[in-house]
Parts: sequence; structure tokens; C-alpha cells
Amino acid sequence: MSDSNKITFSPESEALIKNLVKRYPEGKHKSALLPALHIAQAEFNGWLSAPVMDKVAELLNLQPIEVYEVASFYSMYNLKPVGKCLIEVCRTSSCWLRGAEDVVKHIEKRLGIKDGETTTDGKFTLKTVECLGSCGTAPMLQIGQTFYENLTLEKVDKILEEWKDAGKHSSYLDEHTFRNI
Amino acid sequence: MGRKLLLENDHIEGIHSYEVYRKNGGYKSVEKALKSMTPEAVVEEVKKSGLRGRGGAGFPTGMKWSFLAKPEGVPRYLVCNADESEPGTFKDRYLMERIPHLLVEGMITSSYALGANTGYIYVRGEYFYIIKILEQAISEAYTNGWLGKNILGTGYNLDLYVQCGAGAYICGEETALLESLEGKRGNPRIKPPFPAVKGLWECPTVVNNVETIAAVVPIVNDGGDAYAAIGIGKSTGTKLISASGHIKKPGVYEIELGVSVEEFIYADEYCGGILNDKKLKAVVAGGSSVPILPADLILKTASGEKRLMTYESLADGGFATGTMLGSGGFIVMDESTSIVKNLHTFARFYHHESCGQCSPCREGTGWMEKILHKILDGHGTLADVDLLWDIQRKIEGNTICPLGDAAAWPVASAIRHFKSEFEAYVTNRKSIPDVKYYFHCNNLDAAAAYSSL
Repeated sequence: MSDSNKITFSPESEALIKNLVKRYPEGKHKSALLPALHIAQAEFNGWLSAPVMDKVAELLNLQPIEVYEVASFYSMYNLKPVGKCLIEVCRTSSCWLRGAEDVVKHIEKRLGIKDGETTTDGKFTLKTVECLGSCGTAPMLQIGQTFYENLTLEKVDKILEEWKDAGKHSSYLDEHTFRNI
Repeated sequence: MGRKLLLENDHIEGIHSYEVYRKNGGYKSVEKALKSMTPEAVVEEVKKSGLRGRGGAGFPTGMKWSFLAKPEGVPRYLVCNADESEPGTFKDRYLMERIPHLLVEGMITSSYALGANTGYIYVRGEYFYIIKILEQAISEAYTNGWLGKNILGTGYNLDLYVQCGAGAYICGEETALLESLEGKRGNPRIKPPFPAVKGLWECPTVVNNVETIAAVVPIVNDGGDAYAAIGIGKSTGTKLISASGHIKKPGVYEIELGVSVEEFIYADEYCGGILNDKKLKAVVAGGSSVPILPADLILKTASGEKRLMTYESLADGGFATGTMLGSGGFIVMDESTSIVKNLHTFARFYHHESCGQCSPCREGTGWMEKILHKILDGHGTLADVDLLWDIQRKIEGNTICPLGDAAAWPVASAIRHFKSEFEAYVTNRKSIPDVKYYFHCNNLDAAAAYSSL
């Protein structure tokens, strides 16, 4: 167990996690774990450190191991630091048929990194992922909650330009994603 | 032009909003069911409709509903499977994005039929922007009295929530989905007990796909018989097909079951033909899990009949010469496509997505990926092709959930129909430009893989 005392969620995030628990019957608060980990990841620079996971365990009254085993199962949880902009390029069949390999090669060349790596300035991480349900608009990549579709290499350049000075880490959710109950 | 039941209004501007949806006949099925039908009568209409699960398995929905246990004092749940992750499938995303209220309406009508007072829509994590859209739609439904306590003054209560996933194909398997919804790793459960008896938090639960639940709306509005009048035989109603790959017009099409495959590929109304007017080579008709078929067998069955877009016609000939309708993820490949490379993307997918619970799947998917990688890297031998065949045979039927079968079938069918192509990759590798070029792969130590082969 790590030192989770140093981790403090914003009051908004903590309130949201507590609110999410209301979606489930009494005693079934563990169900809030997946959304809570997403909220934690969004708040703490796009990845889940051990102290952050311990803090989630504390908030949801779970054992830390219950959080670790879930965080390590799902591919959207990052267990090591990522760049400000996490680029996820789909490479499964339909995207591959429509040129996903060229998109990956192009990004690798432009950023000087390989799949799975982060640029030395900490701005970009490139990750290839499996089918994101954008097969009819292939090739595609995802950054945070945005799908960039029908990609061309010119479009990819524009996206990289758009994100190069991002102030915040790309995130799958924002303050309006979940409704309060 | 075929009839449309789900996407009839998808072109109307603002149809995602409550006002526009309601103005165009939205929530009528809730009024009809709650005010003038018993729950049993709704189940009866769904049975009459012949509706089959649209997630991929094609199990009759009415029958699934009738299995739901109803012990006194135990809550029942309806869970919507919106974990759409089958490669080639994007219809649920389209439906939820364009007409989110159709799903909300279907959830209310279906929950009423099942006597459930709580429903969850489990959406894959990558679709977070859709979660936002659904949350908005649910808020509007609460505000307008379609959700909450005493709906339409009938005394029926229903709460509806969205749950997010976090990137795991396996959570589309219904028991893995329930595990995930309980806040655990998505390991499928051993059945029986089936979710209808012991599902979410050990309570009786029905899990249905987005499209299945949406289809309940027209079934209740127009009656099960009207729905069953569309289609052929046991393939009733309409189906959303996600068309992708080398076609002129990729997208989501609602078809009347029974359209011919040839018409679907070549008609302007649907895919519009092959991109750049090339020749058709192969089709994966129902998402990555179903057997791939070469052009001649997808257009016509082995007995020479026109292949139709129905559960039965696509399955004609079994796996020797047929395939499955599956999720309706229709991936088209032109003459330039390397079947071996496409198969490698599938094998990598299943290896990545295996939950690791059953050895044949956990180990077998890894080996299939490694061997295909080896072949693409120019080190394959004829024995590797036989080994691939052997491994897929040892996975199929030997796992808790169907992911193992789903990983085996694409490999089996690719070798069955395109064996000469695999052989060319290992005997004539210098002539194939694809060889030696592959994705950098995180989880694969190529040197170790070769030395252990």
C-alpha cells in the first residue's frame, strides 16, 4: 500500500463519485469503481498511480487490491504516465483496410516515437488500439472523448498541430458527462 | 426502398432532442404498453414478432424474456448491452448518437414487460461522448415524466442509469458485462445459472443489445404480427447493418431481412459497389467473429442459390461454405486485400481481448497471433499453416465463453477458403511485398517467439 494521504480529489470529483454510488442498491457501491477510476484518471494527469488507486479504494470503501485488479484489466486505464495528448489509433480490420498503418507510420515519423512511447517533452503518447466502432469512417483515431474520422495524413497533421500546446491532459470525460442524481 | 422501423426518422434535424423526438411519435409505445397492455401482453407481442437478439447470437428475444425468473420480493433488472466492440460493428453507436430517445423508450417499454424497476445501459468506455448524449436523453425523460415514480399515473416506477465500461471487448459477453457492472474484472461466468435466474447482484436479469431493445418500440406500436410480416421465415423484421471496408458508401443501413447480398453490396441504395470499381475478393458478413467467405460463396450458396441477408441464408452450408449474420458488421475486401494480413489484425485483436480465464483461449490466441506474425515477417513454413489450423481446433468449444470460438472461426475460415494464399506467404515470400512489414507490437517479443517455435 502506498501513501494515499497526499492525494486529494477536487471537491467536485469527490462529490461526483459519492453521487455515482446512488445509482446502485444499498451495499453495491463497488459498481461505482469503473466510473470512479475514469474520474480519477481525468483528474490526475491521465493515469492511475498506486496512491491515486488507494485513494479511490478509500473513497469507495474497498480494499486496494479490488481496485488494482480492475484497473489492470481494462485497457483504458493507464498504469504509467502518459503525454498531455494520448493518441489512440485504431488498427483492426476495417481501419487497416482503409490505411491505418499509414496513419501510425506518419505519426511515428512526425513525433519521433514508436507505438506505446511518449515524446520527450511529454506532449504526446501514441497508442495503437483495437476496434473503436468507427469502421464506416475509417481510418480513425481517438483523443479523449473525440473521434477523428475519415483521416488523411493532412488531417493528422492538423490534429497534431491542434494538440501541441494543450494545457490539460486529454480526457474521456468532462464535468457534464455524468448527470447528478 | 425497404421499410425502416428504427432509422425512419434519423434524417430529421434535432431528432436527438426530446421535443423533436416526441413530436415525431416518440414514447407512444410507453403510453400504449403502460396504459392498455399487461406486461405479459407485451412479452406476447415480442414473441409473435419473431425478434431475435441483434447483438450477434440471434436468440429469440421473446423466449429469452420468458425465461426470466420472478421470485417474490426479489428485484429484476433489464440491462442494455451497449458494449459494441465487435470489429466491423458500429450500428449501436449510430443509433444512440442519432436517436438516443429510441433506446430510452425501448428500455422503458421492455422494463415494464419484464417487471423491472431499475435498468442499466452499459456503454463501452470508448463511447464516452455517447454516454453524455444518453445521460442528457435520460434527464429529459425524467423531466417529462417517462422515468421515475408513478410513470403516466399508472403506478409503475422505473429508474434508468448509464454505466461506463473501460475498454474490454469481453464485456460484450453478457455475464462478463454483469461482472463489470458489479465493479469487477470482466471474466465471464460459468453458465448455468443463466442471468435470467441469477444475473446482476444474483438477481434475475435480462441482458439485451441496443438494437434489440430499440426494436421493441415498433413491435409494441404496430404489433408483433406486423413486424413478423417483414423478412423471410425466421428472419423477421429489419436489421441494422454496419458496412465498412472497400466499398463506395460505408455506413449504417437498415435493411429488411431478405435483401440479397449482391444487392446490398452493389446497389446505390446501400454500399454502392466496390471502391474504385475493383473486384470483390471476400466478405466478413457479421463482425470479425464470423467465418470469412470468398466472393463466389458470399454472393451464392454452394448449391448455387442467391445468398440473402438472413440468419438462415448466410448460414447455409454450415461453416464449410457458409457464415453467420452475427452482429451485422459487414466488412468488404477488394481483390488487392491480403487475407493473411487481415487475419493477423483479427488474431491480434482476440489475443488482446482474451480475458485470460481459460487456458485454450489465453494461450491459443497468443500463439495464433505469433504464428501469423512469423509468417508476415518472412519466417513462416508450411508446418506453421497446419499448426494454425491445429490451434484453432483446440480452442473452439473448450472455453467458458464464446470468445474462444470467435477467435478460432476467422482463422479456420481463412485457411479453409484461402489456403493457397497462406502457402504463397511461406513458399514464395520474396514475391509478396507485405512480408517483412508489420506493426510494432508492444506485447510481443518476436525473438523469443521464434526461438520457442
